[in-house]
Amino acid sequence: MKKVILLFFVYLNLIPNLNALIKVDITRGNLDPLPIAVSPLHVENSSEKLENIDIKKLGINVSAIIEKNFRSTGLFNPLKKEAFVQKPDIAHLKPRFEDWRLIKAQALVTGKLSVKNNKLKVEFRLWDLTASKEMIALSFTTTPSNWRRVAHIISDKIYERLTGEAGYFDTRIIYVAESGPKNQRVKKLAIMDQDGAKTKYLTLGNELVLTPRFNPSNQMVTYLSYFRNLPRVYLLDIETGKQEVVGNFPGMTFAPRFSPDGKKIIMSFAKDGNSDIFTMDLETRVVERITEHSSIDTSPSYSPDGKYICFNSDRSGLQQIYVMKSDGTNVKRITFGKGIYGTPVWSPRGDLIAFTKVRKGRFYIGVMRSDGTGERLLTENFYQEAPSWSPNGRVLVFYRETKSGPQGKGFSAKLWSIDITGYNERRIKTETDASDPSWSSLLSK
Amino acid sequence: MTKSLFYSIIFHLMMIVLTALSLPFMTREPINLPPIVSVELIQITDKTNIPFAPKARKIIDKVKKEEKRVVSEQAPPSAKAKEKPDRIPLPNDKEEKKEIIKKKQNPEEIKPQIRQSSEFEKEELINTNEIAALIDKAKEEQALKEIENKKLTQSNVKNSFATGLSLSEEDALRAQIFGCWSVPLGLPYDKDLLVRLKLELKKDGTILKSEIVDHQRMNMPGQKFYKILAESALRAVRLCQPLKVPPTGYEKWKNIQLNFDPTEMLKG
Repeated sequence: MKKVILLFFVYLNLIPNLNALIKVDITRGNLDPLPIAVSPLHVENSSEKLENIDIKKLGINVSAIIEKNFRSTGLFNPLKKEAFVQKPDIAHLKPRFEDWRLIKAQALVTGKLSVKNNKLKVEFRLWDLTASKEMIALSFTTTPSNWRRVAHIISDKIYERLTGEAGYFDTRIIYVAESGPKNQRVKKLAIMDQDGAKTKYLTLGNELVLTPRFNPSNQMVTYLSYFRNLPRVYLLDIETGKQEVVGNFPGMTFAPRFSPDGKKIIMSFAKDGNSDIFTMDLETRVVERITEHSSIDTSPSYSPDGKYICFNSDRSGLQQIYVMKSDGTNVKRITFGKGIYGTPVWSPRGDLIAFTKVRKGRFYIGVMRSDGTGERLLTENFYQEAPSWSPNGRVLVFYRETKSGPQGKGFSAKLWSIDITGYNERRIKTETDASDPSWSSLLSK
Repeated sequence: MTKSLFYSIIFHLMMIVLTALSLPFMTREPINLPPIVSVELIQITDKTNIPFAPKARKIIDKVKKEEKRVVSEQAPPSAKAKEKPDRIPLPNDKEEKKEIIKKKQNPEEIKPQIRQSSEFEKEELINTNEIAALIDKAKEEQALKEIENKKLTQSNVKNSFATGLSLSEEDALRAQIFGCWSVPLGLPYDKDLLVRLKLELKKDGTILKSEIVDHQRMNMPGQKFYKILAESALRAVRLCQPLKVPPTGYEKWKNIQLNFDPTEMLKG
């Protein structure tokens, strides 16, 4: 009897399998850049004329910036405009999807702009060409001089909609602009859009400036400059231009960086050949010692949740990277590889730490997990350092010094960016030589 | 004359002796040819379309497991007596408990016990447990889902047995979709990234109907990434169509489910 019941149950269980649904697992895809068509924005005929801006070309210029942004990511392949099959104004109303699919585009950006009462209104739509539907449509109104920013914001929105992570186009990079021969180098603080446009110099170059760092929550900058021949950490409000010395330390302070909430500055303070890590609360001005060790502890950087700090120290002999809790306890060494490790920077996503490694006279920029595992060296060169993360944690900007001139006697410092995959290494064009870059957070949040 | 005859006989004898001695060394060993294996060429489809295979395998696995359990459950009374009777076993304690019992058992004592249980008894024990597992299908499905999520490679193997497609047909389809799927790179790989896409296909492999199984998840707060991932999966199949499906057996693959999961790829 038991056997009969058992067989009955087994039979019942197997019936669905006779017509089982076929299931296929897809665990891989391609990483080829997504073909995208960015149609020039249609300029409405009723638009007012502007003094400094050619309104007729504005539609093309905005789409050109969007295209350039996409191309720089390495994730998109903006298609050539010659192949476009529809006029911008008609495409913006309702694209002929099958025609756009013919040129192998998978996504299409259309838009239009107008100027009325000295206000620039820009709207755009992102179309999924395979599904034949609209994915996102937004409209922005601003002063006409802000047209570049609008292009960056549109790029961010599209990037986020297609990749799932926040963009990094509406951001700025602060760096040290360098000029003159090596022994008489003039160093000025400079700021520009992430694509290299709109450079502005913040200091005159009378004093040496180093290591500018953005506040992750607003447009403040901390940097190192010389005050009465002593290197000191400064704070600068970019909007107002107001500068102030951070803390009243009886020695040299350097390697400053903001805490993730922007309320504290963490830095190194050196006295009598020893250097330790301190924090200072910007509101209360209370200074707190974080490390106390006879070795040189420097280059501190907070994790994005503010719970941990990574820094480099030579307490084990060679300079290596350590991680500790934000109160200075539980110090753990995380790098054990051959070579010297320095300038650790915690990713805004929290999963990786970027660093500079020196081995056998070569400089590497790399990333590793926050526990020190999974070290990946992204780029190698004669001299390069100071990586800084894009706000979405996908791209690193750093500077590289190379020999220049016909006999290789001179040298030049340039900014470069690289994807965390190690691909898509690109030079960021600057007006002068540049070093020590720091990437801002998104201007429009 | 007699002298030369004598020499001739001696030399001939020597030759005979030498020949007799050297012949065995001169004989070549026969070439050891491997036996000819006859191979029958058959359609893979015929062999991989065994609908019962996964269940059969599961049952075999269960039998193996249950056999182990039989051993551990039939611990001598002395070993059981040492257990704390008041203690309520927690789910996590199970494994630990089994181990403890195993250690306490004398291997010599176990063997006769195995012999003691008749084949019928054994079968009954196994079958009862199996029925329980079969009735509790929800659990089984959940377990399968977990395996699908966590051990992708294992699920691949499973699929080849479970589906109506042969290994080569499934691989062809998979390779085709790999090429069409642009994976969104900004996805949080520490979250569940499985997108199940049900398709109804025409005979030529074009898509008649597509449906995201967990479509309600697309509009859930905090699941924005899921929408982006699901859309990318939909884009992939639309780009790929007509899908590479076998020319025969339409009823088998008319409805197909594609499980997109880029976790392994994103973790790199």
